[in-house]
Formats: sequence, structure tokens, C-alpha cells
Amino acid sequence: MPEPHDLLFKTLADPTRRAIFERLCREGQQTVGALTARAGVSQPAVSKHLGVLKQAGLVSDRHEGRLTHYSAQRAALAPLIDWTSQMAGFWESRFDDLEDLLKRMDQ
Amino acid sequence: MTDTATQTRSVIVEREIAYPPEKIWRALTQPHLIAEWLMKNDFKPAVDHRFTLHGDWGSVDCRVLEVEPGRTLSYTWDAMGLESVVTWTLTPTATGTHLRMEQAGFRADQEQAYQGAKYGWRQFFGKLEQVLATPD
Repeated sequence: MPEPHDLLFKTLADPTRRAIFERLCREGQQTVGALTARAGVSQPAVSKHLGVLKQAGLVSDRHEGRLTHYSAQRAALAPLIDWTSQMAGFWESRFDDLEDLLKRMDQ
Repeated sequence: MTDTATQTRSVIVEREIAYPPEKIWRALTQPHLIAEWLMKNDFKPAVDHRFTLHGDWGSVDCRVLEVEPGRTLSYTWDAMGLESVVTWTLTPTATGTHLRMEQAGFRADQEQAYQGAKYGWRQFFGKLEQVLATPD
């Protein structure tokens, strides 16, 4: 069963998507147009990234006439801030390294 | 919710590994091998031996609690105000070993220390570094 942080990591692994999320965190809610102006990618690409962020619960949208305002949902990061999730992730990656080592070790 | 300050939480990670316990035991107890998958260290498999794990982000103070060669290894894990106990259990299976790690003994009232220290831990989560460091 994938942990909640798997989806968050996957979602935020993309640098453009992460930059959009960080801007929403720093600067508050914005429209696709405003985000596109500084994202360095096309508006359809920004919309697609926002859709992925929304699926992961990292942003919410609010419609106002023809405009859609997006805002960051910082609470979605809670699983990463919770120590049990962090330590589980730490140990999972240590287990990966341990298995790699076992493969390389002499019998 | 009663007496939340003394409640403890634990992290358990388990995995089936296609190698015998003896081989895994070496990786868990020989300092140069531990360094390959965990951190640099001065570990010795002797009860009460104190050792330190050194990571890029800081260090972990440890003391060996239990050594049962090929079966159980347990040590304290004290990092950034969080005291816990890490216990490794190796169980032979038909195809290798069932390896179990339990990190236990974090008390709820240590959470605050942990939260204060989380910026040290964020290095494990490099990709989110900037996001987590952004002030609320």
C-alpha cells in the first residue's frame, strides 16, 4: 500500500510543479494566467501541473466568473512533517541501501 | 485522551530479504559495512558499548542494549532531543530472512523537540527542502 508521502513526493518531484506550489505558498492565491506569466511554460502545461497538484490535495481551486483562483493547501504536507512518516521513509531508504550492500558483499 | 505525554509511538519497517541471517548480521554489526548503508560509526556488538552515528546533517548517540548474534540487535537512538530504541530482529525463512526494524519509545511530549529539530531531518527529504523551510 503506498504511503501518503509517496504521492506527495511524486507530485513535488517535478521542478516546475514544485515551483508553482512554492509560489502559491509564498504569495497566496493566484490565477493560471498569473502563474503562467512567470512559470516559463505554456498555460496548458501550468493547468496540467495544477491538476496534478490538486489531485494530491496540495492546491484547491475557487471559480470566480471566468477566472479560477488556485491556493496552496499546506496541511497536505502534514504526513511529511509527522515524524513517524519521516522516520519510516528514512528506514525504508536505509533498507534499500542495506539490500544493495548485501548484493555486493561476499558470501 | 489520557496521559498523552507518556504515550509512545513506534516505526516498524519489515522486509523479506533473499540472504541468510548470518550475512545480514554482518552488515548490521561491522562498522565498515554499517557505514555503507546507514552512517559512519564506531559500533561494537557489545552490550553497553556507546557509539555515535555520523550523518551529513548531524549525529546520533547510541548505546548497545542487546546482542543475540544472528537474531536480535538493539540500541538506543538519541538524536536532536528524541530518545528511542532501535531493535533489529532477524528470522530465518525458506528463502532467506525476514528482517524487522522497530524504532520505539518516542513519547508524545518529545514531539515538540522533534518539531524543533525537523530542519535537521529535512536533508533526508531534499526535494521538499525549500517548501518546508518556507515560513507559514
